[in-house]
Amino acid sequence: MSSRVFNIAFNTFREAVRDRVLYNLVAFALLMTGAAILVGQISIDIERLVVVNLGLTAVSLFGMVIAIFIGIGLVSKEIEKRTLYTVLSRPVRRWEFIVGKFFGLAGTLIVNSVCMAVGVFAALFYVSRHFQSADGWVLVGLYFIILQFLIVTSLTLLFSSFSSPLLSAVFAFSLFVIGSFSEDLRGFASMTRGISKWLATAAAYLVPNFSALNVISSVAHQNPVSGQLIVYNTAYALFYATMALSGAVLIFERRNLK
Amino acid sequence: MAAIEIQGLEKTYSVGFWRKKPKLALRPLNLKVEDGEIFGFLGPNGAGKTTTLKMLMGLVYPTGGTAHILGMELDDPRMKAQIGFLPEQPYFYDYLTGRELLEYYGRLSGVDSKTVSRKASEMLERVGLKDSANVQLRKFSKGMLQRVGIAQAILHGPRVVFFDEPMSGLDPMGRREVRDLMVELKREGKTVFFSTHILSDAEALCDRVAIVHKGELQGVGAVAELTSSVSSRVELIWRGTVVPAALQGLGAECHVTGDTARALIPESSQDAALDALRRERLHLVSVMPVRTSLEDYFVQKLRPAQTMAGSRA
Amino acid sequence: MRASRLVSLVAGALLALTLTISVLLLRCIDTVRSGAPLEEVLYVSSPKVLKRMSLGYDGLLADIYWTRAVQYFGGKHHSGVKRYDLLAPLLEITTQLDPHLLVAYEYGANFLAPAPPLGAGMPERAIALQEFGIRNNPDDWHLYYNEGFVYYTELNDYAKAADAFARGARRPHAHPFLAVMAGRMAEHAGDLQMARMMWSTTYDTTRDKSVKANAAAHLRALQVDEDVTVLEQINNRYHQMTGRFAGSFGELASAGLLRGTPLDPLGHDYKLMPDGRVEVRHPDDLPFIQKGTPPDYTPPPVPKILPTD
Repeated sequence: MSSRVFNIAFNTFREAVRDRVLYNLVAFALLMTGAAILVGQISIDIERLVVVNLGLTAVSLFGMVIAIFIGIGLVSKEIEKRTLYTVLSRPVRRWEFIVGKFFGLAGTLIVNSVCMAVGVFAALFYVSRHFQSADGWVLVGLYFIILQFLIVTSLTLLFSSFSSPLLSAVFAFSLFVIGSFSEDLRGFASMTRGISKWLATAAAYLVPNFSALNVISSVAHQNPVSGQLIVYNTAYALFYATMALSGAVLIFERRNLK
Repeated sequence: MAAIEIQGLEKTYSVGFWRKKPKLALRPLNLKVEDGEIFGFLGPNGAGKTTTLKMLMGLVYPTGGTAHILGMELDDPRMKAQIGFLPEQPYFYDYLTGRELLEYYGRLSGVDSKTVSRKASEMLERVGLKDSANVQLRKFSKGMLQRVGIAQAILHGPRVVFFDEPMSGLDPMGRREVRDLMVELKREGKTVFFSTHILSDAEALCDRVAIVHKGELQGVGAVAELTSSVSSRVELIWRGTVVPAALQGLGAECHVTGDTARALIPESSQDAALDALRRERLHLVSVMPVRTSLEDYFVQKLRPAQTMAGSRA
Repeated sequence: MRASRLVSLVAGALLALTLTISVLLLRCIDTVRSGAPLEEVLYVSSPKVLKRMSLGYDGLLADIYWTRAVQYFGGKHHSGVKRYDLLAPLLEITTQLDPHLLVAYEYGANFLAPAPPLGAGMPERAIALQEFGIRNNPDDWHLYYNEGFVYYTELNDYAKAADAFARGARRPHAHPFLAVMAGRMAEHAGDLQMARMMWSTTYDTTRDKSVKANAAAHLRALQVDEDVTVLEQINNRYHQMTGRFAGSFGELASAGLLRGTPLDPLGHDYKLMPDGRVEVRHPDDLPFIQKGTPPDYTPPPVPKILPTD
């Protein structure tokens, strides 16, 4: 069982690589290099701030784009191209397929992010000539971004299991935007009354909590991140991703493949 | 034990978004395929062949009935490890090479990592793709794709093999090779179940056939049994270019080439036709019974359905 | 398909379980992070940059910051905290993003200017906020009123207050009180009437519930101050007449000095104290009063402002 999941995951990773996804690292490297050089020449005292802000934001945005672009086709492309037929006629269970796809894309994103992290730290070293202990929090910021990727991947997989690529992209992107303001949404919900209160509260709790996973400006200012938050966020991301994956499995299990 | 046993398998689709209208794709089907035979599943396009195959593969869920392959349920992984499937006009991961594809599928089918590499090489050799082993599939021709498709279907040594339109898109050489392969598979003791609309292939290969039309089983049995139930025809050849009008009226197909005319008429009209020729004082060259083909069976049984693709082969 | 049913069952159960746990974890995270999203406001060194980064969606972003400001102030208010450091940046960012969000300026005038615990204690920034608003909405009389209001109530700069009211009175549809207050400011700055006029203007024209409630509380306080002054004067006259202070309002009535029993704005009767002072029964319910409290009275740390119904 786990070897089949691993094989599907590895194949998904291989597909992304051969799809030239990793070329985005080139664009990222150019961006970070340009920024580091510019910032090194211009400003006083905020070089680290700019590098961390820009670097982590780029990691987050690049990764989101990749997660959505690849994620929306994970299932629907296989159905459309009918490559799925010869896979499912083998002793591969449908849920193994979904889980394998998830780990494949997640793995791609993690590898991508790690490469980008090296770039960020290289730029950081360039502009400030030494590392400080507070830079460790940048790693936490990066870790949280990876947790965001896990959630987005599971959501795009969920949408891909029943909806067209275009709709999946729209849904996933919308959830990303709304989720980035989910704390405000809960604030809005607490100020309403009646039926809208119930609806707003339900939405506010269902939408993924990206706002808590976005500590970029905080770590850019070298503020620590509480250990409790790290634990809670990790657990939340894992449970939320599992939830979306369960939904994907449930839907895909019942689907008739035309 | 029958290799494939289908009991009352049926599929009804509900079409439409709001008011679901039922669309019958397959009426309850009963079929038994014995171990080690080559079984042809025939019918015009849209008859329900692919639907049946998809249900057997677990890609589509039946709305009624059951089926067993090698005595096991359709979702049993142990059963799936012992079957192979080649879908119609297959498309595989085009970023993989032939070898990578076979190794991937082999592992998914349970072939262990140590032997999968060797088996992939053997398969590539067997289907004549040894030179393209490290070429990406996106550079493969249609015929090559079909061959790699066959390779992935038999790589793990299945006992039952399912082919959906295996000859489609192949040139005559390719079709010959596939036919030979299917005979080899039977010699190896495998059961081959394939669907096609090319009757000549079915006639040449199959031990038994089943014919479906508009989602319903029309007939099943050995080819010889089926064709013998159809009234035969007779071919008349005479000299001259005149075709008597009476002959046309008997439902004859007439051709004139050079100074010889030919006509195919149902056996029952033979006497009337000979009378017509004699009246015109035409010189008869030969009277020969024509072996009924599956196409005749089709045309008779399935009229007023579309004509079969015997000519499209 | 039995295996399929099992998988569906497990997936369904897993879905329900992880959903519940996710929601619970969300609440934990919210507790750990309370206030964190708002503190990021301190990192926005330039609201102008933020506006440009919002790519044209500044209206929506303004609304989001406005909601955060209201929640921030309301939340802190209830928990009895005395410092509202983030209110000024929140309001400044809100108005930068949407300079026409008038309610934000009003909020600033009413809650940014007063000293803690009633507000953030930053009257200068409140004035700067109004002036920014006036530059962007030169014809809106509310902003001039807000400015004059802050000058009057917190900075006690009556000249500048009068100037602001005068400028505002010239705007279209200005409230008639503006002209009156501008004219009378020079002589009657400290008058009860002036204050009452001002708070009435706020009460009548605001659409924000908290601002309205605050104005109502001030008006009640003014009423109490006036009542207590008058009642103590009457009690003094009674003392002159009889040589002692009254023990009940009935006595004052029989002496012809009073008609009926006076009630405070909440409907309770006043207390006549033995030393001739008049006190309210429930001083905690009447914030901002300057008269009518017992000598050793300390007001609650958070003034109890009753909601208007």
